[in-house]
Amino acid sequence: MTDRQVYLRRRTTNYLMVGLCGLATLVAVSFLLLVVGYTLIKGIAFLNLDFITQTARPLGEPGGGMRHEIIGTLVLVTLASAVGIPVGLLAGAYLSEFGGGRTGTVVRLVADVLTGVPSVVVGIFVYVLVVRPMGTFSALAGGVALAIIMLPVVARTTEEMMKLVPATCREAALALGIPRWRMIVSVVMPGAIVGIVTGSMLAVARIAGETAPLIFTALGNRFGFAGLDQPIAAMPLQIWRYAVSAYDTWHQQAWAASFLLVMLVFLISLLVRWITAKRYG
Amino acid sequence: MVVQEEMRMNPGHADNSTEKGIIVEGLNAWYGSLQALRNISLAILSKRVTAIIGPSGCGKSTFIRCLNRMHEVVPGARVQGKVLLAGEDIYAQGVDPVRVRRKVGMVFQRPNPFPTMSVFDNVAAGLKLNGLRRLGQMSDAVEQALRQAALWDEVKDKLKQNGTALSGGQQQRLCIARALAVQPEVLLMDEPCSALDPVATSRIEDLIRELKERYIIVIVTHNMQQAGRVSDMTAFFLMSNDRAGEIIEYDETRQMFTNPKDERTEAYITGRFG
Repeated sequence: MTDRQVYLRRRTTNYLMVGLCGLATLVAVSFLLLVVGYTLIKGIAFLNLDFITQTARPLGEPGGGMRHEIIGTLVLVTLASAVGIPVGLLAGAYLSEFGGGRTGTVVRLVADVLTGVPSVVVGIFVYVLVVRPMGTFSALAGGVALAIIMLPVVARTTEEMMKLVPATCREAALALGIPRWRMIVSVVMPGAIVGIVTGSMLAVARIAGETAPLIFTALGNRFGFAGLDQPIAAMPLQIWRYAVSAYDTWHQQAWAASFLLVMLVFLISLLVRWITAKRYG
Repeated sequence: MVVQEEMRMNPGHADNSTEKGIIVEGLNAWYGSLQALRNISLAILSKRVTAIIGPSGCGKSTFIRCLNRMHEVVPGARVQGKVLLAGEDIYAQGVDPVRVRRKVGMVFQRPNPFPTMSVFDNVAAGLKLNGLRRLGQMSDAVEQALRQAALWDEVKDKLKQNGTALSGGQQQRLCIARALAVQPEVLLMDEPCSALDPVATSRIEDLIRELKERYIIVIVTHNMQQAGRVSDMTAFFLMSNDRAGEIIEYDETRQMFTNPKDERTEAYITGRFG
């Protein structure tokens, strides 16, 4: 082959591969746009301020909203994050900094298996562990179930992100006479913070939409927040109940609530990203 | 231990005791089952710059990492022997390696400022993370360290900028300032100029000559001319047949470069191998 032919072949291959990558990206992004667009169109009739601020109305009355469910989801996600993120963070730090031995390997394996456990199983597990002894479905039980789902995700991403902090940074800290724990807290963790936050956000996004584990734990509650030891409403639960109902207005509300849920997750990630970018960007 | 405690409380008194420099006696070091250093003994003098030269893999870096107990940070690494700093063995039972490292600062091959910290915070890191000073005194200490590292004039208006935004040579001087800020007695430099251009290198060399009045300086270098330019004493290391590093010759730099006693030293210095 002449130089010119080689060049042409390389150029063609380059265009082809870049094109394929672009196409794949388009497919991936288009699903997000489709989901957002479709839920928006289907639920548009109910998407207004009332839908956020009002509570549900009896069937047949117009209007009504998801206030209880939005508050419920926020409470559940906050509860789960308050347990899942700190514990996951510490577990990840352990795996990254002290998990070289056999214990580390075992913990890592357990975390990976836990990631793969179907969420409905987690729900049943928490039902036996928390709901039965308490004698009632509760926000607490829902929070525990969601925290268990978060935990391995946060732990493993934290581990991976902390391992990416270069050894030269750790050595620099140790050589200054900084104790190891201090090095981990003040040098390694800040170096990994953006990745840790991203991982935690992915975990939050995942649990915000979980439905199955809440059926056995949070149950749902049409009358509003009644305390952490009482059943609590949640958006995914209500979406599911509306969606399997026989009424058209309820179907529409399910679509609208789905759109809202996606937006909620989107908003949370945007907010946290903005905060971390300001501090560490 | 009493002496050490006293020195920590009152660093001004340290000068008398460090007159002795560092005395290394029968030092052996391993990585797992592989011996990296065998039976190293030498006396490093204070107010002198000591250069460690030798071909790659002869244990130069391992040796200076033994002087601030950084060798043991590597999993499976082990040290045997004595290193006396101000008459105290840093490997004696009950000696805290963290305390040793505060007295024996280190500068690495590649500039490694903390990427998440500003210029100021990089220099203050040792002080802050050690909890040694209050914030009021911090800026004075930072300025002093940056001046000592001949960097103050270049960065005094950029103290809030990220440390990694500086040029390579400035980053390395920032790392020197960071090491000096905790007021060590010894400064170890592991090929500090190998990642720098000639101009930045000569600035660091000038700095080394200034700093030797106040610190015991040990520098590992691959660059023979550099050893000749900055050091007063030179130790030549060589790998033995089983790959363990041994000390071949230790003498005044001038003596060693003009009239080496060992023919292997001569071969290395004249560039016939390594």
